[in-house]
Amino acid sequence: MASTVRLQREPFEADAEAAKLTRGRTDIGAVVTFTGICRGEDSGKPVVAMTLEHYPGMAEAEIARHVEAAERRWPLLGVTIIHRVGRLIPAEPIVLVVTAAAHRQDAFAAAEFLMDYLKTRAPFWKRVESADRSAWIDAKSSDDDLAARWAAPGRREAAE
Amino acid sequence: MLCQQVRIAESAIGTLSRGTAVERIALVKLRYFAWVRERIGKPEEEIDPPAGVATIGELMTWLSQRGEEYAHAFDNPKVIRAAVDHTHVKPDAAIKGAREIAFFPPMTGG
Repeated sequence: MASTVRLQREPFEADAEAAKLTRGRTDIGAVVTFTGICRGEDSGKPVVAMTLEHYPGMAEAEIARHVEAAERRWPLLGVTIIHRVGRLIPAEPIVLVVTAAAHRQDAFAAAEFLMDYLKTRAPFWKRVESADRSAWIDAKSSDDDLAARWAAPGRREAAE
Repeated sequence: MLCQQVRIAESAIGTLSRGTAVERIALVKLRYFAWVRERIGKPEEEIDPPAGVATIGELMTWLSQRGEEYAHAFDNPKVIRAAVDHTHVKPDAAIKGAREIAFFPPMTGG
């Protein structure tokens, strides 16, 4: 399966990345493209910018492990994950997940699985700047719950 | 004669210290991220943990006794996550053989 994992400071073009994954392929019947975007508001306060810190080396390795786990679980024909690092301003894209499969159920499920794990297991930390202060974002237990639903009995390897 | 004895003693000490160095755990690189890094005041360092420190949890306890900044970073060890050589681990994981150990808050990417 064709898979691409990239960390970068620059923005990305979701459409171009999806097109790259499917170009010339007649076996792909479904492509799901998810883009996470920097919101202009956090807990009711306007956001000036967001800075993403990451653990170089581990971030790439951890994402690659989850792409492999997704591949074992669904018959995927392609995956592209791009995660930005550094300082972003509201409305800029943060993360891209593209999954390709013969059928939509597999592409939808794999994209959701990958996003849920990116949120809780990939070593990235967000710091939000508002007009008067800058603070690290707290992890949400609701994100842990979303990731935990993929850890069905016999499927523990992806959650561990 | 006295000189000779001194030389023998010195060479014995040399052997002893070399032997001890081999038995000790090799230097391990520690890396800190996000507010753990800010509280400790540095992104990384190399340490030589004492022989009694065998797990990630014990390493956190030992680190927290190194100074106020470490005590502050590890004041609630339950929320601190750890990785050994780029893989997530639990507090009971052994540190033996680790080249790089990282401590960080729960992740907030995506």
